[in-house]
Amino acid sequence: MANIKRSPWLLHYDGSSCNGCDIEVLAALTPVYDAERLGVVNTGDPMQADIFLITGGINEQNKDVVKQIYDQMPRPKVVVAVGVCACTGGVFKDCYNILGGADTVIPVDIYVPGCAARPQAIIDGVVQAVELFQQRLDEHHEQMKKEA
Amino acid sequence: MKLGITFVLLYIVLAPFIGGFLEGLDRKISARMQRRVGPPVLQPFYDVKKLLNKQTITVSTSQMFLLITYLVLMVLTGALFFYGADLLMCFFVMSTAATFLYFAAVVTSSPYSSAGAQRELIQMMAYEPAVLLTCVGFYLAAGSFNVADIAGSKISNIAYLPGFFVAFVFILTIKMRKSPFDTSASHHMHQELVKGLTTEMGSRNLAIFQITEWYENVFLMGVVGLFIINSNIYSIIAAVVVILLVYFLEVLIDNSSARMKWQQMLKITWAVTLLAAGVNLIILMVVR
Repeated sequence: MANIKRSPWLLHYDGSSCNGCDIEVLAALTPVYDAERLGVVNTGDPMQADIFLITGGINEQNKDVVKQIYDQMPRPKVVVAVGVCACTGGVFKDCYNILGGADTVIPVDIYVPGCAARPQAIIDGVVQAVELFQQRLDEHHEQMKKEA
Repeated sequence: MKLGITFVLLYIVLAPFIGGFLEGLDRKISARMQRRVGPPVLQPFYDVKKLLNKQTITVSTSQMFLLITYLVLMVLTGALFFYGADLLMCFFVMSTAATFLYFAAVVTSSPYSSAGAQRELIQMMAYEPAVLLTCVGFYLAAGSFNVADIAGSKISNIAYLPGFFVAFVFILTIKMRKSPFDTSASHHMHQELVKGLTTEMGSRNLAIFQITEWYENVFLMGVVGLFIINSNIYSIIAAVVVILLVYFLEVLIDNSSARMKWQQMLKITWAVTLLAAGVNLIILMVVR
């Protein structure tokens, strides 16, 4: 099987985050943490992304957006929920407009807790996502074989 | 004849590797300029390998055909060049290839992709005069449009064409999609344009686009080398050194400048073309 672990491209979507986690996601790309040494590219395009980083809880207005972005990503794909809001809804959990964490609309693979999640934790989450990404590729190939 | 075909085969086989390696160096040097560790030098190859392994999602079925045409025409451009054929013909085929890229972007009717494609057309408008003048310059200096004849000149053509060299290196920034002229698409995410021209390219199509870029960069670097190369065999070493220096200069410009509006790009590019290449042209015509 092809080794694709070295090239995880991220898509970062801000649900209803307070921007704390978003800043930390961007911090992971800065010189101190430099996620690009692992091949990480922060792409803005779902069609070219492998790992979906989502921050903030899901609300009534963005649930369709999140679903659509997820559907636009080609297989194999992995979802990482960054920060406690994306994991469970966090402090906004009981708000009238919040449905809860990202897993209320799309299947989430990796949960990175924290308020805000630290860059080290985010990179650790991405590294775990990369392992899963490789596994998913193998499953994807098997599925393609069955279809053919 | 035989030598020409050998060069063509070498180009077709080696260009993607050289182009990818140059891009890897580019990313590494860029990272070092930003005080980062940066990705491994082979990162572009890892990226393309992954893109080829992902599920194919196509927005428009004709996009892949258009992109493959873009690839084939770009390979043909380089093949003509390394065979030693007509330089004008090379650039015309390159323009045709660029048109197919434009179609591949607009065929999806996505607003981001279309906006990127429109900007690509403006970029073509900006660099085309310099490209055509470069051909004229080579004709005046070497007395032939044929790459083989130009490469076989007694003295390096840059001695006659310093202004043309400046203009050509200037438009290389546009052709290589480097800041400040990366208006249509770039390797980085654009806030207002997502990925510009390449927004709607799914994984496999993006891989084709990437490989075509590598072929194109090797061809463009070949043209840079053509300024230096002469009948002396050791001039090849000088050409390679100059190519690497020019490439480093492009990386430096990319990392030290912000993106311009297309109006500024058009004005500056044409001004540089007219001043550098135009004045050089007048001097050449008066002297000869």
